[in-house]
Amino acid sequence: MSHATTNKTTSPESRPQPEVDRRPLARQRRNRILLQVGCVLITLFMALPIYLIALSATSSRAALQEFPLSFIPNNFSLETMETFLQSTGILGGLINSIQVGIFTLLLSLIIGVPAGYAVARFAFPGRDPYQLFLLFTRALPIVVLSVPLAQLFLQTGLYDSILAVVLLHTALALPTTILITSSVFLGVPRDVEEAARIFGCSPVQAFLKVVMPMAIPGIAAASIFTFVMSWNEVLGASILTLNQRTLPAQVLSSLAESPLAYRFAGGFLLVVPALIFIFFMRRYLTNMWGSTIR
Amino acid sequence: MADISIKGLHKTYPGSTELATNNVSLEVAEGEFMVLLGPSGCGKTTLLRMVAGLDFPDEGSISIGGRDVTYLPPQDRNLSMVFQSYAVFPHRKVRTNIGFGLVMKKVPRDELEKKVAWAADLLQLTPYLDRYPAQLSGGQRQRVAVARAIVMDADVLLMDEPLSNLDALLRLDFRAELKKIVQQLGSTTLYVTHDQVEAMSLSDRVAVMKKGQIAQLGHPITVYEEPADRFVGGFIGSPPMNFLEGRVTQQGALEVAGQSTDAPEFLARSAARSGGLPVMVGIRAENIYIEQRGAPGTLDATVDVVEPLGHATLLTVDLGGQVIKVQVASTVRVSPAEKVGLRFDQAAIRFFDTETQLGLTA
Repeated sequence: MSHATTNKTTSPESRPQPEVDRRPLARQRRNRILLQVGCVLITLFMALPIYLIALSATSSRAALQEFPLSFIPNNFSLETMETFLQSTGILGGLINSIQVGIFTLLLSLIIGVPAGYAVARFAFPGRDPYQLFLLFTRALPIVVLSVPLAQLFLQTGLYDSILAVVLLHTALALPTTILITSSVFLGVPRDVEEAARIFGCSPVQAFLKVVMPMAIPGIAAASIFTFVMSWNEVLGASILTLNQRTLPAQVLSSLAESPLAYRFAGGFLLVVPALIFIFFMRRYLTNMWGSTIR
Repeated sequence: MADISIKGLHKTYPGSTELATNNVSLEVAEGEFMVLLGPSGCGKTTLLRMVAGLDFPDEGSISIGGRDVTYLPPQDRNLSMVFQSYAVFPHRKVRTNIGFGLVMKKVPRDELEKKVAWAADLLQLTPYLDRYPAQLSGGQRQRVAVARAIVMDADVLLMDEPLSNLDALLRLDFRAELKKIVQQLGSTTLYVTHDQVEAMSLSDRVAVMKKGQIAQLGHPITVYEEPADRFVGGFIGSPPMNFLEGRVTQQGALEVAGQSTDAPEFLARSAARSGGLPVMVGIRAENIYIEQRGAPGTLDATVDVVEPLGHATLLTVDLGGQVIKVQVASTVRVSPAEKVGLRFDQAAIRFFDTETQLGLTA
């Protein structure tokens, strides 16, 4: 048994002949570990606040006052959540938020998917300006958009309705819906669509039977984006409504004068539905992207 | 089944000034296997797409089985097509891929199943009917595309370079299989390719295209042996036809590379009238024989490169400054720099006009 006296740390029982330079391998391993550590740190950065909010929201009011705060859910209670849900406007806000989210999603897909398809497939006059113009809605701050909208909605009688918020959110979501779906439609080979035409489809049938199913990943991505955007959007929703508040708007309006437990419960309720939605849509995103588009 | 009649097709793509097809007319008989052959950008795919209805011509007409279809959408033309990129539907299983066209035609269910089973059996896809295309190899995907096309009982079968995405060995196998299937079906077929071997081996007739026009239309062997112009001779055949600058003298001798042999009579006659005639001499590599230097009727040349191909040996030969390819049997032993005599098979020599590049015949 001969121990190598060189500074080799990987294998103590190295064979006598060819000296292999193992440093690049070690470097590669070290980089991989660093990458893993980086990923874990970023995940913690994102997940820890969510965990803490969830922890506080499911602890009793008394447990929140303890010091030091425990990291483990040892005194689980629904007391905080119950109180929160029973406060005025919360349940209504929750229902409003879900409605707004779903209607925004549907409306922006109904308008955005055909628009994305048009941008991807057809060379029409003014296509490039159109794409640039789309981004203008996002270039303006929501406040700037909402105030004239509020006035318009007041005149037309839409003010303080779900529809008002849906319209605003759809306008905000459309640019991304169109850009995301158009990039996915670009990935659907033209041949496949032409094959559908040859084998008996009208243009609309070819779109519905062949192109749309292949674009599901992009539509899922756009849906996630739209729903989460709508769920989180607070400024416009606050300006355009008084009684028909969405959840974030409702929470925001009463945040300043509410107890700590209320804030945690509100935060928790705001995070969870978005997470659930992403969890379900993620399936389409990852499962199908690899296998459908090629 | 039906014949295709194409008359005077003009097509320019938007944003381009060049004619993609320039006054193309073509008659494909019922049950005929017609190959459109040409280099990329010659308009062959454009022509196919116009027959398919995926593009519309600017001028001219197309009729299938006597019915004018020039501006009909593809779904109303009763044709089927195999695409270069397979174009199978990735989100549908092989079974529904094959049956797609029949479902769209609202064919009854039991008939549909019978046809899908028949096509799957013919193309050896039966074990894969319940898989998704992503789970198949490239060759199997192309089989799915062919199966999808043949179940249709369409008037016309269109194929756009169906073999060019397959690897070489598979292509060879599938080529023969395709020929067998199409012969069985007996359908009118329009087949686009840039591969002259495919064109030769599959077609009843081949239309060689160049710059949006048909340069020559004919039986593949005729096109091979008697190219209508220099382009066709240079495009078809591997290696392509050799072209030598030559001259027919007033006395009726053919001068090539400073040496002379007899010229054919029709050339000698016109040369006698015009007082000498420059010509382009075309000869295929396999129609040149190697002999002893100085043997009567041979041209002096020097071997440059020897490439054994297995079934034959390909020589690159210097003939008085002009480089030509010669294919000899693999049993012939020659070495580079060897001085040899070349004998041209007189019957296989073709002559071309030096100005127009067109073939000269009696």
